[in-house]
Amino acid sequence: MRSVVYVDNNATTKVAPEVFEAMRPFLTDDYGNPSSMHSFGGGIAKYIEDARVKVAELLGADDPREIIFTSGGTESDNTAIMSTVQSYPEKKHIITTKVEHPAVLNVCKFLEGKGYRVTYLSVDEQGMLDLNELKSVIGKDTVLITIMHANNETGVIFPIEEIAEIARQRGIVFHTDAVQSVGKVAFKMTEVPVGLLSVSGHKLHAPKGIGALYVRRGTRFSPLIIGGHQEQGRRGGTENVAGIVGLGVACQLAKKSFQEENIRVKDLRDRLEREILKNIPNTRVNGATSSRLPNTTNIGFEFVEGEAILLMLDAEGIAASSGSACTSGSLTPSHVLRAMVVPFTFIQGSIRFSLSRYNTEEEIEYVINKLPPIIERLREISPYGKQSLTNR
Amino acid sequence: MWFYSDKVQELFKNPKNVGEIKDADAVGEVGSIICGDALRLTLKIDKKTDKILDAKFQTFGCASAIASSSALTEMIKGKTIDEALRITNKDIAEYLGGLPEEKMHCSVMGMEALEAAIANYRGVSVKKENVSEEKIICNCFSVTDKKIIRAIEENRLKTVEEVTNFTKAGGGCGKCKPEIEKLLKEFWEKEAGKEISLSQQSTNKRGLTNLERIQLIQDTLEREIRPQLKKDSGDIELVDVEGNKVYVRLLGTCLGCPATSLTLKSFVELKLKEFVDRDIIVEEVKE
Repeated sequence: MRSVVYVDNNATTKVAPEVFEAMRPFLTDDYGNPSSMHSFGGGIAKYIEDARVKVAELLGADDPREIIFTSGGTESDNTAIMSTVQSYPEKKHIITTKVEHPAVLNVCKFLEGKGYRVTYLSVDEQGMLDLNELKSVIGKDTVLITIMHANNETGVIFPIEEIAEIARQRGIVFHTDAVQSVGKVAFKMTEVPVGLLSVSGHKLHAPKGIGALYVRRGTRFSPLIIGGHQEQGRRGGTENVAGIVGLGVACQLAKKSFQEENIRVKDLRDRLEREILKNIPNTRVNGATSSRLPNTTNIGFEFVEGEAILLMLDAEGIAASSGSACTSGSLTPSHVLRAMVVPFTFIQGSIRFSLSRYNTEEEIEYVINKLPPIIERLREISPYGKQSLTNR
Repeated sequence: MWFYSDKVQELFKNPKNVGEIKDADAVGEVGSIICGDALRLTLKIDKKTDKILDAKFQTFGCASAIASSSALTEMIKGKTIDEALRITNKDIAEYLGGLPEEKMHCSVMGMEALEAAIANYRGVSVKKENVSEEKIICNCFSVTDKKIIRAIEENRLKTVEEVTNFTKAGGGCGKCKPEIEKLLKEFWEKEAGKEISLSQQSTNKRGLTNLERIQLIQDTLEREIRPQLKKDSGDIELVDVEGNKVYVRLLGTCLGCPATSLTLKSFVELKLKEFVDRDIIVEEVKE
């Protein structure tokens, strides 16, 4: 396969070579079960505990026992929500937002069918929340506030410090899906009163199929996966040892490359965004640029359709993603962009570029050069393209 | 990711007949930017022979929308307008070597643009005349009952999902799905009626009306069949009845069970023959 310029890192990331090497022994010679009484198996448990410490360190948590390993972000989100509602069976109201990932949104919808009332908070055109609205909808019956940290489509970051504080004052459990922000934004769980926090391995250069859930000490917990005594009885099933070790190393690397993500990767992203807006008329950035992940930009190209752009980029070896209806497999564009009321002439032509520390300056230059003729070509084909543009 | 045929990919990357005929004899426009795809077709027609001399398109949409538009222009060039009007969305999809199910609406859009253009050429404003008789079913994508029924008829659609794939109706907020369901039911009941009258009511020995017959099938399923399947954690649902054919969907452990055909023929069909009609044939609908 020929090399690809991969700018779709919010979808998934490359496994770091160091991560892969660290995992290798546990997929070959050291295959023991950490629960075994013999040292061949039982000896492996210490590698799991090492990894737990590394995850806790990245999150700024002081007790590694607050980390539960799961199969990924979706399981972490499901566990956090189901655990909380089961722990407080008398309360029947959940607060979330319209722009959550389906792993949260669809669990909330499922619970609506089971008699729960769910408030979906709106966002403004910048994709930001109104915290006064949040405060006003909290009631006696509210069992959980679940609000993502950074949006996967736009990169917009929500102020979870403030939200956590609001929840703490009202005595309500707060869960945040931090799948996109872990490794890119600094965390200090000892200072921010978040109750539960979801982590996904494959978004930070660990493999797919591994994730973690942070559960603050003193948070009521009821397992989603019931089985053996693993993870202190909080998540049954023989541990994914290789995945756990990989996640540990990935967290360690993320901590080390934190500066790089926020300076070099951010510079690349800013350059890409700036050049696109400069070189191509009728483009706009979707989402608040003032509160955003350093690696993400979501750009709307007026009068062209996203899938067509993606396939043309694909033909040039560039991998990105789109919020258009055609790419979502449904007939409506992204729920996130709709919630932000992105103008209808732009919404179908919205493309997300999400970078990682493995992207180079040459790659970004390549994208900057390849994109304008693609958009121009599609605008030529489009009945809205030329005339609408020249009419301005 | 979609799996597009080579033809779709080729016509997307190098579309033929892009643009606009300046002194066009016919213009057809369908779709809108809000809906996610739109097509503007311009034709040059020989007024004496009614032959389409040239066709050009402009399309806003995904790869399959662009490829469908390009295919349409290739297909109609050189044809008379009467010949061109016989082209259906199926023909466009076939020309393209097939389209993903979810993208069939792109081929429907091509067919509609052609009809709009020819109506424009003939000086008929189709839209205005028909709008009063038609009823908008899907407000999200402005799809009328007429368009839905036509898609059902021409493509023998059986489920709401298929109707969405072909017409987009129901693909937005989804509120109109019960109405689509109703249109499907009405259409297929009418079809079943036709078939029964054709076979001189031979299948209807008990003198049951269609509704009574469907009710009896449903009752037999509930009483005789489902409890047995449920013992093995399986289940079944009635999808449709068309003449002697009873379409069912297997659920639960019945799905993918190697004994499926045995279950259907020697149990389900046997029971229905016993309780409803000895001519019944059971067919499985797979999703």
